[in-house]
Amino acid sequence: MKKYTYTEKKDTRSGFGAGLLEAGKKNPEVVALCADLVGSLKMDAFIKEFPERFFQIGIAEANMIGIAAGLTIGGKIPFTGTFANFSTGRVYDQIRQSVAYSDKNVKICASHAGLTLGEDGATHQILEDIGLMKMLPGMTVINPCDYNQTKAATIAIAEHHGPVYLRFGRPVIPVFTDPDQKFEIGKAWMVNEGTDVTIIATGHMVWKAIEAGEKLAEMGIDAEIINIHTIKPLDEAAVLKSVKKTGCVVTCEEHNKFGGLGESIARLLSTELPSPQEFVAVNDSFGESGTPDQLMTKYGLDSINIIEAAQKVIKRAKK
Amino acid sequence: MKHTIKELEDIASQVRRDIVRMVHGCQSGHPGGSLGCADFFTALYFEVMNHSTDFTMDGKGEDLFFLSNGHISPVFYSVLARSGYFDVSELATFRKLNSRLQGHPTTHEGLPGIRIASGSLGQGMSVAIGAALAKKLNKDHSVVYSLHGDGELQEGQNWEAIMYAPFNKVDNLISSVDYNGQQIDGPTEKVLSLENLQAKFEAFGWHVINSDGNDMDSIVKALHYAKSLLGKGKPILNLMSTQMGAGVDFMMGSHKWHGVAPNDEQLALALAQLPSTLKDY
Repeated sequence: MKKYTYTEKKDTRSGFGAGLLEAGKKNPEVVALCADLVGSLKMDAFIKEFPERFFQIGIAEANMIGIAAGLTIGGKIPFTGTFANFSTGRVYDQIRQSVAYSDKNVKICASHAGLTLGEDGATHQILEDIGLMKMLPGMTVINPCDYNQTKAATIAIAEHHGPVYLRFGRPVIPVFTDPDQKFEIGKAWMVNEGTDVTIIATGHMVWKAIEAGEKLAEMGIDAEIINIHTIKPLDEAAVLKSVKKTGCVVTCEEHNKFGGLGESIARLLSTELPSPQEFVAVNDSFGESGTPDQLMTKYGLDSINIIEAAQKVIKRAKK
Repeated sequence: MKHTIKELEDIASQVRRDIVRMVHGCQSGHPGGSLGCADFFTALYFEVMNHSTDFTMDGKGEDLFFLSNGHISPVFYSVLARSGYFDVSELATFRKLNSRLQGHPTTHEGLPGIRIASGSLGQGMSVAIGAALAKKLNKDHSVVYSLHGDGELQEGQNWEAIMYAPFNKVDNLISSVDYNGQQIDGPTEKVLSLENLQAKFEAFGWHVINSDGNDMDSIVKALHYAKSLLGKGKPILNLMSTQMGAGVDFMMGSHKWHGVAPNDEQLALALAQLPSTLKDY
């Protein structure tokens, strides 16, 4: 197992904030919009640098999506910022008609995704957003795994023409990817090569997959770990190549098991390479109040759950 | 004036012929609101707007128009074709398989003149505001226009936009409301009354003007007057009284022709009331 270490923990939303500032410096067409959550989205640095390119919309997410769509007409590259719940479910029809169907170059940037939003509870913890967004034709869906990857992804989506959903989170987590990485949309990252089982993880679950991989190695199981940061378009070649080698797969995501990354992998494998698969994901449930760590444990999203799923799926593959 | 009022009225007559023929041709679509707005669209595209039929999505340096109540697509398509955005013969494909003239306007099929999809109601004012903000950033002094149904104002997103625009001094925007008092289920005052729209917009900080949307002289004057009010810190709202079905006597004064196509006999009756001034497609 390749060794991963970290010297600090940071939130992915701060990676977004840093990336937004960088993207703004690189391209004068980049503009930002926020629905009364500037501090939570870490947009302050961009606003300080480019006050005339920032639009405070107020608590009116539908209007924010529409204004963003309009700003693209005239060549702007708008980045909208609010919580994942208010970025997707609340404004699904606005995104569908004014952004996706209209092929507008809007970057929907969503913080506080999943259970790790924590104490605010289920009204704010969306676990359905990946599904909602990936079903929209033409939408790119990205869920980066740490501060550095989120920063790189934010810069990369400014250079990509087309609607993007960028999903990140609230809690501080280990920073373990390269600070100078080049983010390639739609390209899987091989975290660790192995032969016994493929573990595919996205977002906050990637570090947990690394922890699980280390424990599995101690148990004599050689896990291949792949980071799928771009859920759509999916790097099908990378997934098929790995599962062809290992014969089984565990998918890990901070999302409902219905509609998420796991289902995208299952759809691919069922048609190209039917293989045993286990899902580490929320089991069709809403969340609740609690600390991020407590919630990840209660809803079965810890490294121990990945280890158990790996053991189970290997057994199924051997039958 | 680029055209006399009589010339504009003649164009509007042809637009009305196009509308009833298009809706008859596919036996679906929305003739009522389309007919009611034929004069407004004609005034906008043939007289008021500075626009190019050499279509670019960004429309830099030209005036832009956004249709929020997308179901009145027949009038939009007719005026775009009659202005030269695409050949009028394409109007015959309206709502048919593989057409660029979808039931509701879309950018998806690449029809020149369309910059946003609309149909799901209540979204157009936000988009128009965004386009107006982009023009300000680009130091582009042209104007953004939008049209909204009155019943459509029951959608909450409008009021987010109506609140945003004056507070942020979006004063390069002229929005019009097709104030015909009708919606699918009946008169707006019975379905969900709009009450005093002028007072509502004014309370939100708009400069409101009134016009008769079925009187060419009134609508042209109103739009020119609206332009003179731009750049003074307020968005402009043109509260435009219209008759659903205007120009075809048996379609007027009722919500019944909101979304119903005429049969052969009704088409003949309608066309008899609408002189052909340009060639039929």
